Amino acid sequence: MIWSDHAAAAADTLAEHKEDIGGWITHHIQNSNAWHPFPGVDIHLPHLPAINILGISIDISITNHTVMLFIAGIIIISMFMFLYKLKNKVPTGFGNILEMMVLFVRDEIAIANMGEKEGRRFTPLLITFFFFVLISNLMGLIPAFSTSTGNISVTASLAIITFLSTQYFGIRQSGFLGYYKGLVPHGVPWWLWPLMLVVEIMGLLAKHVALTIRLFANMIAGHIVLFAFLGLIIMFKSYAWAGVSIPFGIFVYFLEILVALIQAYIFTILSALFIGMSVNPDH
Amino acid sequence: MSGLSLALAYLAAGLGAGLVTIGAGIGIGKIAAAAMDGTARQPEAVGAIRTTMIIAAAMIEGVALFAAVVCFMLASLS
Repeated sequence: MIWSDHAAAAADTLAEHKEDIGGWITHHIQNSNAWHPFPGVDIHLPHLPAINILGISIDISITNHTVMLFIAGIIIISMFMFLYKLKNKVPTGFGNILEMMVLFVRDEIAIANMGEKEGRRFTPLLITFFFFVLISNLMGLIPAFSTSTGNISVTASLAIITFLSTQYFGIRQSGFLGYYKGLVPHGVPWWLWPLMLVVEIMGLLAKHVALTIRLFANMIAGHIVLFAFLGLIIMFKSYAWAGVSIPFGIFVYFLEILVALIQAYIFTILSALFIGMSVNPDH
Repeated sequence: MSGLSLALAYLAAGLGAGLVTIGAGIGIGKIAAAAMDGTARQPEAVGAIRTTMIIAAAMIEGVALFAAVVCFMLASLS
């Protein structure tokens, strides 16, 4: 069959470049210094010198995922600037979807989990989280773009924002001592206090680490599964496998759209819960 | 790394991924079953039940993904 010969030749080309399926997959999901929008097109991104802060050298050069973050920001800002007309009392077209999502985040996530007053206060933060995570997740599913939320640094920074806001608003609500005393549940005998405080502080950190890992691993895992299905064609050196791998790939793709929405929702609702727990300390 | 220890690492990654899947499947299945019970008994509480179900499932998923990341790290040894 001429087709299987061609597939074998493609697989041999991959082998010549010393690439296997694993290397191909990691190349597609990891951060790099070049952006490949189309096959054969390489946009080399500037490499900036590292800066030193307190003896730690930080690499601030612009990478693939940084560009994706910029694009996500531009998309969100332009969506709300140009597609949502504040002048119209009744939104039309795409503005309807935006208004529905914003109201969903405000009523079902913020107010339902943090109470009427605090919910309205933290709605802007939560809406920013929701749209940023959603757009970044969905951008990974469009060819020529990559998933910036599939980079652990990005999700860690988002979780650090949640962590710092729980600490800051919790301390402002009930005072420094009051906040950390409120971490330990009521009714604990006094001799258990040192142990419980350590356990509760570890739990506090673990919650936010879990927030990081959840988003990161979900996005990475979906892309790995997608590429593994497509890699079957190259692994078995026959185009006939496309009949299996393409339908499964499309199925995983639609599952990924669902996961992108659910993960944005879960990230936002867990942030709302954590912030709500620290600003409403009475339970 | 020597061949035997690499082989053992890959074996551990595969076994670990399977065990993680079993655990997460049992956990999320129990949550979904309880949520369905609850909605069947009290259909008007469907919104609150769904929210708490998704949160609990996300917690279990988070723990499972911790383990899955460990499996990825084992599988990417060379």
